[in-house]
Amino acid sequence: MNDTPAIQLKGISKSFGPVQANKDISIRVMPGTIHGIIGENGAGKSTLMSILYGFYKADAGEIFISGQKTEIPDSQAAIAAGIGMVFQHFKLVENFSVLENVVLGAEDGALLRPSLAKARALLTDLAREYELSVDPDETIEELSVGHQQRVEILKALYRQADILILDEPTGVLTPSEADHLFRILKGLRDEGKTIILITHKLREIMDVTDTVSVMRRGEMTATVKTAETNPQELAELMVGRKVLLRVDKVPAQPRGDVLKVENLSVVDEDGVERLKGIDFSIQGGEILGIAGVAGNGQSELLEVLGGYRAATGSVLLNGQTIDLTGSQSDGRTRRARGIAHVPEDRQREGLILDYSAWENMVFGYHHAPEYQASSLFMDNAAIRADTEAKMQRFDVRPPLPGLAAKNFSGGNQQKIVLAREIERDPDLLLVGQPTRGVDIGAIEFIHQQIVALRDRGKAILLVSVELDEILSLADRIVVMFDGQIMGERLAHSTDERELGLLMAGVTEGAA
Amino acid sequence: MDFGTLLQILDTTVRLATPLLFACLAGLVSERAGIFDIGLEGKLLAAAFFSAAFAAVTGSVWVGLLAGILASLALSLIHGLASITFRGNQLISGVAINFLAAGLTVLIAQSWFQQGGRTPSLADDARFQEITLPFADAFSGLPYIGQSYSELFSGHSLLVYVGFLTVPLVWWVLFRTRFGLRLRAVGENPAAVDTAGVSVVRLRYAAVMICGVLCGLGGIYLATGLQAGFVKDMSSGRGFIALAALIFAKWRPWYALFACLLFGFFQALSFRPDVVETVTTVAIPGQLLDALPYILTVVILAGFVGKAVPPRAGGEPYVKER
Repeated sequence: MNDTPAIQLKGISKSFGPVQANKDISIRVMPGTIHGIIGENGAGKSTLMSILYGFYKADAGEIFISGQKTEIPDSQAAIAAGIGMVFQHFKLVENFSVLENVVLGAEDGALLRPSLAKARALLTDLAREYELSVDPDETIEELSVGHQQRVEILKALYRQADILILDEPTGVLTPSEADHLFRILKGLRDEGKTIILITHKLREIMDVTDTVSVMRRGEMTATVKTAETNPQELAELMVGRKVLLRVDKVPAQPRGDVLKVENLSVVDEDGVERLKGIDFSIQGGEILGIAGVAGNGQSELLEVLGGYRAATGSVLLNGQTIDLTGSQSDGRTRRARGIAHVPEDRQREGLILDYSAWENMVFGYHHAPEYQASSLFMDNAAIRADTEAKMQRFDVRPPLPGLAAKNFSGGNQQKIVLAREIERDPDLLLVGQPTRGVDIGAIEFIHQQIVALRDRGKAILLVSVELDEILSLADRIVVMFDGQIMGERLAHSTDERELGLLMAGVTEGAA
Repeated sequence: MDFGTLLQILDTTVRLATPLLFACLAGLVSERAGIFDIGLEGKLLAAAFFSAAFAAVTGSVWVGLLAGILASLALSLIHGLASITFRGNQLISGVAINFLAAGLTVLIAQSWFQQGGRTPSLADDARFQEITLPFADAFSGLPYIGQSYSELFSGHSLLVYVGFLTVPLVWWVLFRTRFGLRLRAVGENPAAVDTAGVSVVRLRYAAVMICGVLCGLGGIYLATGLQAGFVKDMSSGRGFIALAALIFAKWRPWYALFACLLFGFFQALSFRPDVVETVTTVAIPGQLLDALPYILTVVILAGFVGKAVPPRAGGEPYVKER
């Protein structure tokens, strides 16, 4: 067994202005292993890998590749050292063919033809060897996301990378694509390649890695064998304190239906049926979680209830019908009737990023009488004061109403949206992906706010693709698959495995 | 209309299309690399002036050629500096270059030659002479084919032939060489090029410099081929028509050739209102013909004739993201 590390980093430090992204990091990655690097957003994982790939220059520290001290001033040097990187956002030329993308930057000579011919032959071999088949003549934009990712891996292999770094590779993949990716990675490892997998998903770390390093606030807090650890321990290492994987809350006190949905169907612009006659209800004082793989109709459900997508069926709010055709009811009238909405994509639907926090804080409620100075003008001073108070209560940092929304971190942006919606004291709160891209500290706060609203007797519809979140936050869970409801469970009497099966559309053994 | 008149119009078309073609190919190379260049007009003008000025003073068209290319190159490097190195707004930089060239050429011309912002007329040696192709005279007696050969294909200045040969050359470089692949990639997604270990900055500078040389040739042809000397604003919007042709051609070299020939043809027609009137039996004002390239471009942009998709990273300075 070769015990020279494929990669060894010694004392790597990197600052961006006052922010120290990497602090004295040392790590050893053995050849022929899958090494996971896990940490929260902003823990410094991506910075570390960018240093390894020559995107940034470290302020201090040394890099050893297979025992050799190596300088990596740019990507060219990283490629020469046998390092390949698959970025979270692919670096592909969309209207080039697969072949052209693979060859780009690694051509054999000044003329293209011979390079392309050689690449074609090599791709066929690689495809056979590692389950990486892609049509070499297909244009990138015609490929699915999973296939595009294969092209990125092929690019690295074509450059004869021995070390492959993948940055959050499953974020954009469907579960089956992710499984396929992991099979590929295991195959590559068995061929002797070294793989570094950056992720924030504990489950992936447990599934595929051999060793795992944990980063927190720019520091490497631990490196352990995956077989000798467990998710709970890793989570604690990531956050630096005991983490409550379940939200602290008292049992729900349901007090009668607030929302009743019957036979709700949606056909989208392309004629595809997105919701196929679903029924459910939510009581006041209860959180209903909608679990499911993204794209199974949850987004459409939120859009229908939020008032910006037409549907058929019936929806009753506090026993009164809501018009679903869109002709008599829209986002504004829904809000007036007590439906608040925290959209799934806060940056596109929840905020106007270039506008300031105080402007964002009233969107959707800007017609409210307390914000009007006269029939013509808005009372900006009142809005600012109001915003300031809300920012205090929701611990938005920095608490500056005049700051543009885009200058807040993801967690603080979400707090702005949440403050806007929750502070109106709605009867029904629709929340989509409340903690996507939000740090654990802010996640706890957001969860507490949602639970507090529930405890005030309000109804909450929670849509999330994170099963952990659904399990810990919701009181009752329905699982959606292909526009239908596959089943309903009580949160305290189900588990990930059972929900996972339902999410995959498997109904066997369903009660 | 007889065949002779047709040949005359086509001959004028070729001459008028040449500066458009140079400018259009120049813009094509630059924009394919992601640098929009609205300053083609200014470069044409600068090259026209400096080539004419140096040719007039030295009496050598070759010195004029060199001066013209250097002038245009200098302006493209300013554009490169502004838009690549300093990541400025490419449209603003281009507009500035147009103003700079329009003002400076006249100012310097007046200061050097005191002829009201023009250069002295160029003597024959200071111009690109018409080249008579072999056997042109011998074939001129043959109807149609021979006539076309001697009147349409023969008898242009060197730069016309260079211009038309540049079309296959640009096509070959863009689509058959490593450099071309990288150049097109950098105009579509510079991040892909960067992560592949290739310098985005160097590629874009290369493209901008090629643009400068090609555009320079267009301007030089204006002053030393098409005319004999520089006069104020002699490019008269050709840089913009070339941009229109570029969009019309959907950023492809062969299409660019046809677009430039078509637009050149309109310009040639506007010189012969008599012919247009005989053929169409209505009097069409020359201004309408002059405006046709722009009208056609608007039609193209409105999506009536297929879709013209510019290079995706066009106009955007490249900044490495975290």
